[in-house]
Amino acid sequence: MARTRTRDRMNNEVNAGSMADIAFLLLIFFLVTTTILEDKGILVRLPPWSDEEPDIAKLKTRNVYSVLVNAQNQLLVRGEPKEVRDLREDTKEFILNPQRRDDLSESPRKAIISLKNDRGTSYETYLEVYNELRAAYSEIWDEQSNRQYGMDYESLPIANKRALRADFPLIISEAEPTNFGEE
Amino acid sequence: MSKFSKKRGKASPAISTASLPDIIFMLLFFFMVVTVLRESELLVQVNTPQATELTKLEEKSLVNYIYIGRPTAKYVDIYGTSPRIQLADKFASEADIPLFIANFRQGVPENRRSSITSSLRVDGEVTMGIVQDVKTALRKAGQVKVNYSAKKRAGDL
Repeated sequence: MARTRTRDRMNNEVNAGSMADIAFLLLIFFLVTTTILEDKGILVRLPPWSDEEPDIAKLKTRNVYSVLVNAQNQLLVRGEPKEVRDLREDTKEFILNPQRRDDLSESPRKAIISLKNDRGTSYETYLEVYNELRAAYSEIWDEQSNRQYGMDYESLPIANKRALRADFPLIISEAEPTNFGEE
Repeated sequence: MSKFSKKRGKASPAISTASLPDIIFMLLFFFMVVTVLRESELLVQVNTPQATELTKLEEKSLVNYIYIGRPTAKYVDIYGTSPRIQLADKFASEADIPLFIANFRQGVPENRRSSITSSLRVDGEVTMGIVQDVKTALRKAGQVKVNYSAKKRAGDL
């Protein structure tokens, strides 16, 4: 009797009802541990290494927008102290020079931004400043693209983006930092 | 009329839950595939600054990471508190960068090597001196595509 009973049991199907629970448990584990690690940041292309310093002294002063960030994280823009939050508008004015002033850039093509920091400048400030300079250009690209093509810069075809970037080239020249405030 | 009543009378079977495990398994596999169990243990504290002009790094296989920050509490006894560079899962100095980059290049097919990006994950509090040294080392190693890793900033400055 006992034997037949076991055989009967063997014929039963495995109960798959709890499968869902097990799968749920695993699912929840992975849901919790998942950090869809996405890396975002400011993409830059460093200049290739050369032993000589680039010489920006040859350029006309009116075309150079010099930004100095010191070890106290203070900004000196074209010889005057400035706050980071004013930097974007100021940069845009310099590049576009809407009033054709003779102390701002001759044309956007000739405008160059020169960025210099101390070794003691905090990375956060440096990136903030860099970000603002970038933002100034991307706002210009957006405005120009809206004016010329009637759409945002992001949705432009690549050829048009290139043309726009050639008209308003983003040139940030970084000098070797001075040795102040290194910890 | 009769048609309707017939239908209503006949059907109310329980919804079969037999396919539920399959659905859940599908979800499970999805998450298993997208999960990245942290590629290297962090030896330094990195709290990246915030920025707005962000680009997303597309191909993970073409990105190498350089961490700069102060050693975590566990390593303060040995390495002190001044900022350090971490390559892969070891402390390093900027002299190790050329080798690190060269090793990484080895693992990438030749036609893709020009799009290798170095992602600098740098703590906001670190001073530029060490960052500058790393940048110089990268330039000397011919690795000019660099990403300053940052978080999205919502509002204005």
